Amino acid sequence: MRPQPGWLSLVSACGAVLLLGGVTPAPGQEAHIGNVTGHAAAGKPLYTRYCAGCHGDDGDARGENAQWIDPKPRDFTLAVFKCRSTPTGTLPTDQDLFDAMTRGFVTTNMPPWLPLTPHNRADMVAYIKTFSPKWKTGKPGTPITIPPEPAATVASILHGRELFQKMECWKCHGPAGHGDGPSAKTLTDNKDDPIRPYDFSSGSRFMCGVTNRDLYKIFMTGLDGTPMPSFADDIKPADAWDLVHFLRTLQPLDTPEAVIWKAWLASHAGELKPIGPEGNGQ
Amino acid sequence: MRRQYLWIVAAAGLVGSVLAARGASPAMAGAISGKVTYTGTAPKMKPIDMAKEPSCAKQHATPVTTENVVTGPGNALRYVVVYISAGDEGASAPSDAVRYDQKGCQYVPHVAVMRVNQPLEIYNDDQTSHNIHPLARVNSEWNKSQPIGAPPIHTTWEKPEFIPVKCNVHPWMHGWFLVLTTAHSAVTGEDGEFSLKGLPPGKYTLTAWQEQFGTQTQDVTIGGSETKTVDFVFKARPY
Repeated sequence: MRPQPGWLSLVSACGAVLLLGGVTPAPGQEAHIGNVTGHAAAGKPLYTRYCAGCHGDDGDARGENAQWIDPKPRDFTLAVFKCRSTPTGTLPTDQDLFDAMTRGFVTTNMPPWLPLTPHNRADMVAYIKTFSPKWKTGKPGTPITIPPEPAATVASILHGRELFQKMECWKCHGPAGHGDGPSAKTLTDNKDDPIRPYDFSSGSRFMCGVTNRDLYKIFMTGLDGTPMPSFADDIKPADAWDLVHFLRTLQPLDTPEAVIWKAWLASHAGELKPIGPEGNGQ
Repeated sequence: MRRQYLWIVAAAGLVGSVLAARGASPAMAGAISGKVTYTGTAPKMKPIDMAKEPSCAKQHATPVTTENVVTGPGNALRYVVVYISAGDEGASAPSDAVRYDQKGCQYVPHVAVMRVNQPLEIYNDDQTSHNIHPLARVNSEWNKSQPIGAPPIHTTWEKPEFIPVKCNVHPWMHGWFLVLTTAHSAVTGEDGEFSLKGLPPGKYTLTAWQEQFGTQTQDVTIGGSETKTVDFVFKARPY
């Protein structure tokens, strides 16, 4: 706590009296990012300057630029967010929103806001949370537990491949992860706008981060508001790492997983059963 | 001695339940029944092609269509939810669960009615993965995968809301969760008929909801143990 000048204490005391008199502060007007506390009042002018053009003055994704943008900007009045550390159907943490804002959304019009100070970004997170009453009535979900990542092996990649078949990831993402599965063309988001599944062969970054941990979170929390569901009820944490290792082999990158996989495939490719309607992924 | 004690308890229980039944005075409960029909031309439902999901396609002997407007003989309207929208709030939710099935790549029933905080169990009976995606706005939207043989998903809804449900993997799958505060509701069958029983005397607003044609309301006063007849007629638009 910063030392406060005497008059500020007096103001605080008056505030407390006012509160007791029946004026309650609107909850969700602050954001906590590590040691930084963001304030909605400070976030408002920043939001108006940097965000409102697309997300709209009221946070309803109807800013003047929105009509030219695809995918559409996030509608903050719904309080539904893709990139979370928390289970599907729950509010994200302040840190989740802060990270999303800092990172931006690759392949969309949302840039990284890294140039703004952490304090500015924390203030904007606090302000974004004023657009939906859900932040007043509900609390963020409890972040999912992610066990430490085991080393990738041929066995873990093979098991991940089985899961890719069994969980029917290929129905949208395609048998080879090219985003061309049988359901891919019909997908829509929660506003009925068309949306494409991630194409692993594009080599582009994932929507919610670049690390294996981020990839783990994507399918274990789901990307709320999109067709991507949560698999938390269906995939055990240890198995989830196997799926992460397999997914990494689908990217045209020299990831450690891809190196292990390519070396193994050189002499074993014929042993693999195909992925898809007739395959069993083993 | 112990046996005798049990008999006394049992006898007391019997007397108690008889008294409780008298206390509820079933003689003073009214009912509302009626029929929901349409005028005009009902839209033709679109055929659903399940060729991409053979395990579901083979479960249907007859062609499957969308279920936005399902009609029956005599212009009857099916899947209309008729419920008390005013005059019957506050009763606590029943603890018995509402069952919702994904069967043959369709939602069964197409429209499920439940109370606020009533348990809802969602089953996948198919030999394919589904993702169940209730597009809630007032409640929390969520989206969960449910692979072949997965256990049922247990959930509840905190606030009244009409929630569209879809499966993104099978885009034709479309259903509804109607989360109500009232204990008195009915979904019309193929004959368009409904019946709400056990209504204490009072003034009620009765609402009929059809997913494409919207809502209609009528005020009904139940004086005693009478049965009031209330019919609803929706104007159908072909498109």
